[in-house]
Amino acid sequence: MSSQRSFFNRRLHSLLGVIPVGFFLLEHLYTNYLATKGPQEFIKQVEWLWGIPFLPLLEVFFIFLPLLYHGVYGLYIAFQAKNNLERFGTFRNWMFVLQRITGVITLVFVIWHVWETRLQVALHGSTATELTRDFAQIISNNVTFTLYIIAVLSAVFHFCNGMWTFLITWGVTVGQRAQRVSFAIFTFLFVVVSYLGISALVAFSKADFLQHLALK
Amino acid sequence: MSEQKTIRLVVTRQDGPNENPYKEEFVVPYRKNMNVISAFMEIQRNPVNAEGKKTTPINWESNCLEEVCGACSMIINGRPRQSCTALIDNLEQPIRIEPMNTFPVLRDLIIDRGRMFDALKKVKAWIPIDGSHDLGPGPRQSEEEQQWRYELSKCMTCGVCMEACPNVSGKSSFVGPFAVGQVALMNSHPTGVMRAQERMEALISDGGLQECGNSQNCVRACPKGIPLTKAIGTMNRAATKHMFKKWLNF
Repeated sequence: MSSQRSFFNRRLHSLLGVIPVGFFLLEHLYTNYLATKGPQEFIKQVEWLWGIPFLPLLEVFFIFLPLLYHGVYGLYIAFQAKNNLERFGTFRNWMFVLQRITGVITLVFVIWHVWETRLQVALHGSTATELTRDFAQIISNNVTFTLYIIAVLSAVFHFCNGMWTFLITWGVTVGQRAQRVSFAIFTFLFVVVSYLGISALVAFSKADFLQHLALK
Repeated sequence: MSEQKTIRLVVTRQDGPNENPYKEEFVVPYRKNMNVISAFMEIQRNPVNAEGKKTTPINWESNCLEEVCGACSMIINGRPRQSCTALIDNLEQPIRIEPMNTFPVLRDLIIDRGRMFDALKKVKAWIPIDGSHDLGPGPRQSEEEQQWRYELSKCMTCGVCMEACPNVSGKSSFVGPFAVGQVALMNSHPTGVMRAQERMEALISDGGLQECGNSQNCVRACPKGIPLTKAIGTMNRAATKHMFKKWLNF
């Protein structure tokens, strides 16, 4: 009997991508979205999140480790594929390739983003207001703003397309019609969540965002 | 008589398993209703390439010539398919022909599909019977079940789904879409279901079902129109049940 380790690894990779990593993505983009209602709303939500008991434990076991596993094992999966778009330029094959490309983009982005935000908080002990101000300064630059837009779209695409494959992997959507319906649902989700993510970035990058922050 | 109509073929050739591949062009007189194999036969009769130099005849495999044996798979104009049903009239020229090099190439277009036989052995894609004595009539099957199993049973191990799948390569040990279909076939058989757990255990071992990345190329490429992605979905569901049952019964 040969080993079933890769089955276990793959299923764990699939599960962690949704719970908790996918869930965290939604929570994060929702929190960001509050910035469209002004810096104070965003800061209030961040302070509420920082007040959750056992936060460091939750961050390590429900965000950092699952994300690390999903990212590293995902890289291994991505680089194992022999992509053949030139032969099969079909829609699903494009999705297959894009899932891998957006996964790599998201992983690289997340490392940079964690360094710029979470680790700066850890290193300098910034308050929520200082964090908000620092981030608004980062995003006010056109280059970082564009990179953030690409990264948010990549992450949301990877999540939504990943949800579509998740349902197949776990045997929920078996037939073609079920898969078409789930595709429609996740396309809709992609549009909605992308809107949340991008409108937050736009709000942060506006010149008067920092002024509002200073006034309050 | 007007000038003889010709067809052009560019064939990727290879003299042996460890030799480097090279391209050779051929010009073959056109006849009505030709397929890629009859063009090869023409070259066999007169092994001269487009430059007018004498060369070796092309090596290829084919048997039934009616798309049921699976032997004549190759890549024609970029697509893996059967060469017997690749009609010259329907192909853009020059026709580019390559071996399905996901598999080891033995010579020219002849490949070693042994990996597929190994995969079938690995997932135990058969139904064992106890002896040669009369076992009586088998269990009855519903019409619906028969229809499903008939579709799955059309697999001819041609290897086209293996070539199409981005997750089947020298880098991975994936048994391939066809093998998942064969487990679905055997596990839905009223006698075969007695060994369903055994096959499932084999199917989720390393290189098994989990290697599928849902590019769904297999179902697009399959010359027999086998519902491979539905078979994969069905087996994914069975694997989920199997996994939880195993953990919770332990």
